[in-house]
Amino acid sequence: MAACDTEHQRTGDTTNILPLRVRDICFDVGGKRLIEHISFTVHAGPCLIILGPNGAGKSLLLRLCHGLLSPSEGTIEWAKADSSRARNQQAMVFQRPVLLRRSVAANAHFGLRLRRVPRRQRQAVVSEALRQGGLTHVANRAARVLSGGEQQRLALVRAWTLQPQVLFLDEPTAHLDPAATRAVETLLKRFHAAGTKLIMTTHDLGQARRLADEVIFLHRGRLLEHSPANSFFAQPHSAEAAAFLDGNLLW
Amino acid sequence: MSEFRDALRTAIALLVNLDGDLMAIVGLSLLVSLSAVLLAALVGLPLGAAVAACRFPGRQAVRVLLNALLGIPPVVIGLIVYLLLSRAGPLGALGLLFTPTAMIIAQWLLVTPIIAALTQQTVSDLHDEYAEQLRSLGVGSLRAIPTLLWEGRLSLLIAVMAGFGRAIAEVGAVIIVGGNINHVTRVMTTTIALETSKGNLALALALGMLLLLLALAVNAAALVARDVVNRLYG
Repeated sequence: MAACDTEHQRTGDTTNILPLRVRDICFDVGGKRLIEHISFTVHAGPCLIILGPNGAGKSLLLRLCHGLLSPSEGTIEWAKADSSRARNQQAMVFQRPVLLRRSVAANAHFGLRLRRVPRRQRQAVVSEALRQGGLTHVANRAARVLSGGEQQRLALVRAWTLQPQVLFLDEPTAHLDPAATRAVETLLKRFHAAGTKLIMTTHDLGQARRLADEVIFLHRGRLLEHSPANSFFAQPHSAEAAAFLDGNLLW
Repeated sequence: MSEFRDALRTAIALLVNLDGDLMAIVGLSLLVSLSAVLLAALVGLPLGAAVAACRFPGRQAVRVLLNALLGIPPVVIGLIVYLLLSRAGPLGALGLLFTPTAMIIAQWLLVTPIIAALTQQTVSDLHDEYAEQLRSLGVGSLRAIPTLLWEGRLSLLIAVMAGFGRAIAEVGAVIIVGGNINHVTRVMTTTIALETSKGNLALALALGMLLLLLALAVNAAALVARDVVNRLYG
């Protein structure tokens, strides 16, 4: 996916929150270290894919960056923004879409309502977002009776309405069939083309090759590689990454 | 057996003819219990949701207290309200003892813990499901409460119905603080107790049947509402 620096129209604060600087973070649970001394910097533009086998710490790292968890050690800093202002410029889509027991349209309105965007302005943004997500025809249907793929697209649409600078995605297609996966990826490309920084976890190598501009490879809570996608897939530096790319089990 | 049959026939006649005394008793019962449940919902729903969604000092103590209050006998609540409202009590000057207001207060105290405890359970489950997404959207614990209450509206409707069932069927507290005064504080349950002790089974039976019908109607309404909302929003 081509890098795109286009700054699109925001609904509120326009402070640029990138780069994100993660410095020497650790995360412990019950005396066990799950994330171990990870440091990296995320710049605006390229789509960043966090790769790694199950249990590598991908979802944890995403939640730490998004602020849903606090690191046991180290710091996570957004440029020119305190944590609450930075939060308003981010969104996250989870592995299983968390939808309200309301209509599709009401779900799409929800994020903007929380930010007290006036109804008329909301209406225009939501209509456009539903159109982009291919969900206009089901706008009045109950959200929770949609198919898995449609539900995940709705979760993306809800994130889209907030026009975040950074969108975190935690294996958003893990439970989807190939067609639904393709639809989600198409939507993600539109997000990216509109200037949103995508930071996404996956263990699907095909998807990583299709979407990644740069890759972070994790194994057992440690960052083993952070490199451009082309060089990572052509010539991984670590034995673990090479084994992962070869489809070998990593323990 | 024939005495029971005669009583039943008279009871049905009272119901069919919409007997004035009977309707007055039913009207007062509904007024007292609906008012108590409305007030209990206003307190119990946000209280239960706050205990489920927010972390604050003393939260465990509030949870224990709510659960303990679930099991408190109505007569004890009646006694407490009686002591508070009696002339020598701290609220005696208000002159509320043996009025419908006193009965509403007693039922409110009885029903609030039920609604709060059931709300806490419902909202706690929803909080587990929605917490990360809401935090991601920048919604703190307090601001999440209205959303969580709305998402749990079906189960909470059942909680409120359970509270109403408890209130309308309650006799111990309202007879203590209401005094069972004819045309003033006499409600269905206290009338059933009184008329049965007097041997006037017809009126007691008629009121008993009405109570059963009310319970059926309330539950049917809750089920229908639940089905409709489920069909609409999943």
